[in-house]
Amino acid sequence: MSTRSIKDLTKLEPKMASGHRLCAGCAEGIIARQVLMATDKPVAVANATGCFEVSTSIYPYTSWKVPWIHTAFGNGAATCAGLEAAYQSLKKQGKITDEMRFVSFAGDGATYDIGLQALSGAMERGHHMMHVCFNNEAYMNTGIQRSSATQFGASTTTSPAGSVIPGKGEYSKDMTMVMIAHDIPYAAQASPHNWRDLIGKAEKGFECGGPAFLNVISTCPRGWRTANDSAISMAQLAVQTCVWPLYEYENGKLTLTADSERIAVGKQEKKPLMDWFSAQGRYKHLTKDKYIPLVQTLQERLDAKWERLLKLSKL
Amino acid sequence: MTSHKKMPIGGRAIEPGKSEEVETGDWRSFRPVVDQELCIDCMSCWIYCPDSAVIVKDNKMTGFKMTHCKGCGICAKACPKKAITMVEE
Amino acid sequence: MADLAINGDSAIALAWKQIDPDVCAAYPITPQTIIVERFSDYVADGEVNTNFVCVESEHSALTLCTASSSAGARTFTATASQGLAYMWEMLPITSAMRTPVIMAVANRALSGPININNDHSDAMAARDCGWVMIFAENVQEAYDNAVMAPRIAEHHDVQLPIMTNIDGFILTHAVERMTPLDSTAVKKFVGDFKPLYPLLDWKNPVTHGVMDGPEYYYKHKYQMVEAMEHAIKVTEKVFKEFKKISGREYHLVEEYRCEDAEYVAVVLGSSYGTMKAVVDELRAEGKKVGAVMPKLYRPWPDKHVAAALEGKKGVAVLDKHAPIGAYGALFSDVCTTLIDMKDAPAVYNYIYGLGGKDAKASDFRTIFEDMISGKAVKYNFMGVEE
Repeated sequence: MSTRSIKDLTKLEPKMASGHRLCAGCAEGIIARQVLMATDKPVAVANATGCFEVSTSIYPYTSWKVPWIHTAFGNGAATCAGLEAAYQSLKKQGKITDEMRFVSFAGDGATYDIGLQALSGAMERGHHMMHVCFNNEAYMNTGIQRSSATQFGASTTTSPAGSVIPGKGEYSKDMTMVMIAHDIPYAAQASPHNWRDLIGKAEKGFECGGPAFLNVISTCPRGWRTANDSAISMAQLAVQTCVWPLYEYENGKLTLTADSERIAVGKQEKKPLMDWFSAQGRYKHLTKDKYIPLVQTLQERLDAKWERLLKLSKL
Repeated sequence: MTSHKKMPIGGRAIEPGKSEEVETGDWRSFRPVVDQELCIDCMSCWIYCPDSAVIVKDNKMTGFKMTHCKGCGICAKACPKKAITMVEE
Repeated sequence: MADLAINGDSAIALAWKQIDPDVCAAYPITPQTIIVERFSDYVADGEVNTNFVCVESEHSALTLCTASSSAGARTFTATASQGLAYMWEMLPITSAMRTPVIMAVANRALSGPININNDHSDAMAARDCGWVMIFAENVQEAYDNAVMAPRIAEHHDVQLPIMTNIDGFILTHAVERMTPLDSTAVKKFVGDFKPLYPLLDWKNPVTHGVMDGPEYYYKHKYQMVEAMEHAIKVTEKVFKEFKKISGREYHLVEEYRCEDAEYVAVVLGSSYGTMKAVVDELRAEGKKVGAVMPKLYRPWPDKHVAAALEGKKGVAVLDKHAPIGAYGALFSDVCTTLIDMKDAPAVYNYIYGLGGKDAKASDFRTIFEDMISGKAVKYNFMGVEE
């Protein structure tokens, strides 16, 4: 939880300008703004290829008011590590005296799939950087193709809901747990609807003194086939259905936070998975009667995963 | 267009925030309209705007940056007091 | 410093130690491993300030180096063969971003089949990527090139990354006598890295690695073409300055007994040494032959190559790399020089030494004999029985 008031946040100098070419209603713009509010120290940004990168860096109309670098797609974390490595060296030699922070922005493709190796390497090496994943659950920039973050049953352009196969036939990878297995000082899942929770997590990520990972559910109205104004409400629904639990892993301890913590202790309703499916065009096919047994299986699997998370949080 | 002789090498964009010159407000089909009577200055619209198009001055929500607002409607949907309405352009 | 008996990899590591780069990120691959291992010793003993990053792949190595150089740090790396291949995505990006990363390449055959011995297929596959490329004949040159490389790459008229190529095993592992420079002389010669628009200068925020439309892309590429042209003069200048501190004189195109030669052989790397011995043998028999090595390979030093080959009767170009489906890379480059030369010499392509196949003096002798007897043909894939 960030302890700063929203009015305090409005007084911060924006690190990103308007005029970027993200779709109207894209959650990535919201998430980036919130993450960048989480540090007062000079920050440099590395960005893997993807929607966010191309939309904010069309030459010469950069949206960036802080140092920013993009090199390629699968190496976002290595790019950030390069900034950090240079910083550590120059600081050690006394050529730089200011404290700086480094953040790596990447989509789920550049985090879970093509970017996995570089990310794993950077986390293992202990670079003092935070990798933030805009998880919109598909390769959106190239046209909504499935990623390993795409959930079972989602219709994407490479796993379309056809007459024979109802969307993606594989379960998604739990990338946050993969990062926790690297035993990094800080890892968390967040959602832009709960800005106080997200910013608080980003604050911890910036200040944990080592590698941090922040995985954020990022509504893509275009790819999820939802309304232009659905970014915040859809992210919230992901959390309410436990499709996207909010938690943090800090120095070996896993804790549920915000909405998820309230759901765990029964203070907030856990919505059924069908609410999630019926709200989005990419899952619309699963509302048909013939998929009732499938949806039932998916609900059971989701519940089992939620139970495991609850158990982990009690360790 | 600038000559290659005058451009920084490596494609380095050296004017921070130059994208402000691109008026994405042209994209809109709907525009947000705020009823200041209902607005409680909670700043939800400000923190949820992907385009930094909500103007805040001295702790007050004063309006929208119409040069850049894309008309997505997130602000209207998020407003707890229903103070913002999306109106056709 | 006293002369050393040292292999090429260790000599490069010594040069790195004396330069003391800010950052080095590398992944081990035979036959470059000794460079990073020796350098790791220096790091562990506190003899350098370098932040040495043991990355998890070559793709990440070059990425990290590109970002580190963009940040404003002098950055080195080394690789070979499959490692260079794995970096390939980043090779044109590093040069387009105008980051002067300094990379030693221990030339080794590209797979497949997998082969760890020397040939030039790795470097040649990367020749269009916008990197300055220089070659070394022996361990002394491997060291000297490593010392000169930052001065060429980081020069404000160039600002391009550079590959210093040394033959795998033949130079990387074999021990030769080498005269190093004093560390103070190296430090003075190399000077400080003065980056343009470094990212760590957060008070002046810059965006690196942008997206271009067609008009801007075209102009950014032209800027690189101009930089490569500048690299020719800059390299000459650096060679001149290096002579002052070392006594060793290098040329963009090395020539051996070419002044009155009728037939010359053009060859890169350690085989230039073999070729010189063959030239001496034939000269003793009264044959007018010579040898040429374009020490600066990229940018292609067109005028200097023309000066070396003008007036010759025949030129044999040896390629330790076979572009499958076309003539040799070095042969193609030499042809671009000869194409508008008045009374250009006849030119022949000899493919040799792939995958470490022995490049024997006796084989080189037959190349000259072919030309002298008039039996030479355009394309020769040496050493395979019909």
